[in-house]
Amino acid sequence: MGETMTMAKALNAGLRRALEADPKVLLAGEDIGKLGGVFRITEHLQRDFGPERVVDSPLAESGIVGTSLGLALRGYRPVVEIQFDGFVYPAFDQIVSQVSRMRFRSMGRLSVPMVIRIPYGGSIGAIEHHSESPEAYFAHTPGLVVVTPGTPLDAYWMIQQAIASDDPVVFLEPKRRYHEKGEVDLTEPPLALDAARVVLQGGDATLFTYGPLVKTCVEAALAASAEGRSIEVVDLRSLSPLDDAAIRASVERTGRAIVVHEAVRTLGIGAEVAARIQEGCFYTLEAPVLRVAAYDMPYPPSKVESAYLPDLDRILDAVDRSLAY
Amino acid sequence: MTVTRSTSEAEPPDVVTPGGTRIQRGREFVQLLTPQGERVADDVFAFDHDDAVIAANLRHMVLGRRFDAEATALQRKGQLGLWPPALGQEAAQVGSGAAIAGLDEVFPSYREHSVALMRGIDPLDMLKTFRGTAMVDWDSRAHRFHLYSFVIGTQSLHAVGYAMGMQRDGLVGNPDQAGNGAVLAYFGDGATSQGDVSEALVFAASYQAPVVFFVQNNQWAISEPIEVQSRIPLYRRAIGFGISSVRVDGNDVLAVQAVTEWALDRARRGEGPTFIEAFTYRMGAHTTSDDPTKYRRREEEQQWKAKDPIARVRTYLLGRGAIDQAWLDALDAEAEALGVRIREGCTALPNPRLEDYWQHAYAGMPPALAEQRDAYLAYEAGFEQES
Ligand SMILES: Cc1ncc(C[n+]2csc(CCOP(=O)(O)OP(=O)(O)O)c2C)c(N)n1
Ligand SMILES: [Mg+2]
Repeated sequence: MGETMTMAKALNAGLRRALEADPKVLLAGEDIGKLGGVFRITEHLQRDFGPERVVDSPLAESGIVGTSLGLALRGYRPVVEIQFDGFVYPAFDQIVSQVSRMRFRSMGRLSVPMVIRIPYGGSIGAIEHHSESPEAYFAHTPGLVVVTPGTPLDAYWMIQQAIASDDPVVFLEPKRRYHEKGEVDLTEPPLALDAARVVLQGGDATLFTYGPLVKTCVEAALAASAEGRSIEVVDLRSLSPLDDAAIRASVERTGRAIVVHEAVRTLGIGAEVAARIQEGCFYTLEAPVLRVAAYDMPYPPSKVESAYLPDLDRILDAVDRSLAY
Repeated sequence: MTVTRSTSEAEPPDVVTPGGTRIQRGREFVQLLTPQGERVADDVFAFDHDDAVIAANLRHMVLGRRFDAEATALQRKGQLGLWPPALGQEAAQVGSGAAIAGLDEVFPSYREHSVALMRGIDPLDMLKTFRGTAMVDWDSRAHRFHLYSFVIGTQSLHAVGYAMGMQRDGLVGNPDQAGNGAVLAYFGDGATSQGDVSEALVFAASYQAPVVFFVQNNQWAISEPIEVQSRIPLYRRAIGFGISSVRVDGNDVLAVQAVTEWALDRARRGEGPTFIEAFTYRMGAHTTSDDPTKYRRREEEQQWKAKDPIARVRTYLLGRGAIDQAWLDALDAEAEALGVRIREGCTALPNPRLEDYWQHAYAGMPPALAEQRDAYLAYEAGFEQES
C-alpha cells in the first residue's frame, strides 16, 4: 500500500498515527497548535487530538525539554518540537546532562522515552541560527539516540519508531527536503531505526551520508556513473548508534570511502565514521577516507551558503581524488 | 488544561517599586495622548518637551514605517530572504529611542528598525542581514546600537553585563549628567519566558545595574497569545525580582518617551534597573514567512488599528497648528526619497565572497583554517580555468 507524499506530510502522518496508537504520546513546542508549527509538521493535530495532547508551550526550550523529562518520568511519551536547529541550545543542558543520563544515573531504573524533533540544515536562504547542523553535539553524548531520515518513507516510519523507543531520541529533520515527494509504504517499517541503508549499489567507492545530502549524493553517484564510475551511496540514517556492520560491509565492497555532511568538518560525524573505517577496514582501504563537509566557520550569510555547503561538484571532486589515489 | 484569557486588562494599573511601594494609578497604563489625539494628564508622568520634539517623533515614526513597508515589499519581490515587520510598534520604538541620551547604549532584539534608524544606522546596512549578503554589518560601537539578536532573549543578559561594565567604569551616578549612561534592552513578550531573561532580571537587581528593560508586549509571540507566557501583566513580574516597573501605552509616543526618560534617568543616577512594559500590537505578520490569519481574528486587528500610533500624533499636531499640510507633504517627500534609496540600494548590494568569512572566525587565523581557505580558493580557481 504505497502513497506519494512530501516528507512534511509523512511526518505529520507518522505523528498522527503515534497519537492514535498510544494515549501517552503528547506533542509540545512553540506554535505547534493552531499554527501547526512554522513548517506545518503538526498541522491539524491540535484540532484533532485537542490542546491537552498537542500543546503550545511557553517560549522556552529548556522549559520545554525539562518539563518533558518530568512528564516522561510520569509515564508520558513527549515528542517536542524545537522550532529551528539554532534554538535547541537553550535546552542543551537539559538534553546532555539530564535527558541523556536518567537511565545511567538511576542505575537503569528510569528511562526517558522522549523524542526531540529538530528541523536542521541549511540551503533555505535563511538568516543566521536557522541553518545549523548540530548532530555531532548530540551524537557525542552517550545515552542519546540520534537519527535523521532522508526520505518521506523513512520520515514516516522513523518518527514512529523513535516515539516507540525507550531511549531519548534526537530526531533531525532535513528541512530543505520537507517539500520533496516520495513513495511511502504505509504497511510496515522497511528497516530498524538503527540500520543504515544502501541507497545505491556500486563497486568503486562509497559515499556515506545522511539527511539532507542523501539526495545530493545519489545525484552525484548518477553523474559519476555517466563517466563509467560505479559509486555506492549509504544513508547512515542513525548517527548514534552507527551501523558499523553496514559501514564495514560497504567499504569491503568498494575499498574507498567518502563521508559527506552539511555540518562543519572538524569533529563532525565524518571524523567518527572515518576513524571507525580505518580501525575496522584498514587492509581493505585503497585510499584515505575523505570528508566533504561545510568549512570550519559559523554558518555564513545565505548568499554564500551554496559555496559553503557540499554540493554535487565538491562530492564528485572528492570521488575523483579518492579514485586517483 | 486549556488556556483561558487572563483578566489582566481589568486589573488596576500601577507603577510598582521594590519594597512594596505601589503607586496606584487611575488607568490601565500610562497614557498622555489618547487615540483620538487628545492630551491627558497623568498623576505620575509628564511629557515635558515642546511640539517640535513631538513633530520630530512623528517624522521618525513615518520614516520608520516607510522603511518597514519598503522592506516588506522587497521581501515579497524576492529581494530579501525574510523581514520582521514592525508595523504598529512605531511609537514604542520611537518614544523609547527618543529617550536615549548621552552615553546610553541599546541592545535590540530583531524588530527595532525605527530605533536603529534613529541611531543613525543606514537602512541598507540593515537590509544586508535579511538579504543574506552579510551577517550584521553595522558598527555597533559607533552607533551604540548593538547587534540584532535572533536567539530569543539572549541579548537581555548581554545588556545587563554591559551595564555592569558601565557601572564599573564610573558612568553612573556622577553629578554631571553628561558623564552618565545606561543601557536600554529590548525584547518581546514571548522572550520573557526564556531563562536568560529571568537571569538578566536577577543579575540586574543583584548588581543594581543601570539598565532599562523595554518589553514591547505586542500581544503575540508568532502564533502564541500573551496568555501562554504570563497570567499576570508582564510588568508585575518585575516586582518579584525587586525591579521597579511600569506599564505604558505603547502606541502613545509621548507616554513612552516620558516613561523611558524617567527610567533611563534613574539608571544613570545609580538608582538601579527598571522594567517597562509597552502595551502595543504587532499589526503585521510575525515575519514575512508568517500567516496570522491562521491564529488570530481580524476584529482584533481592526480594534488595534483604531489605536494607530501615528494617526493620533498627526491629529494632535495639526489641531495645535504645530504642523500643517505643507509640513506633512514635505515629510511624505522625504519618505518617498527614502523609499527610492532603499529600493534601488537593496538590489545593488554587492554579493559577499565566502573566502572573506574565514578571517572572522578567530582573532588570528589558525594554520589549519588558512589551509582550508586556500584549498577552497584553489578548488574555485579550477572552475574558472575550466570555463
Ligand atoms: C531561543 C529561540 N527560540 C525560538 C525562536 C523562534 N522565534 C523567533 S521570534 C519568536 C517569537 C518571539 O516573540 P516575542 O518575544 O513576543 O517577540 P516578537 O516577535 O513579538 O517581537 C520565536 C518563537 C528563536 N528565535 N529563538
Ligand atoms: Mg511579541
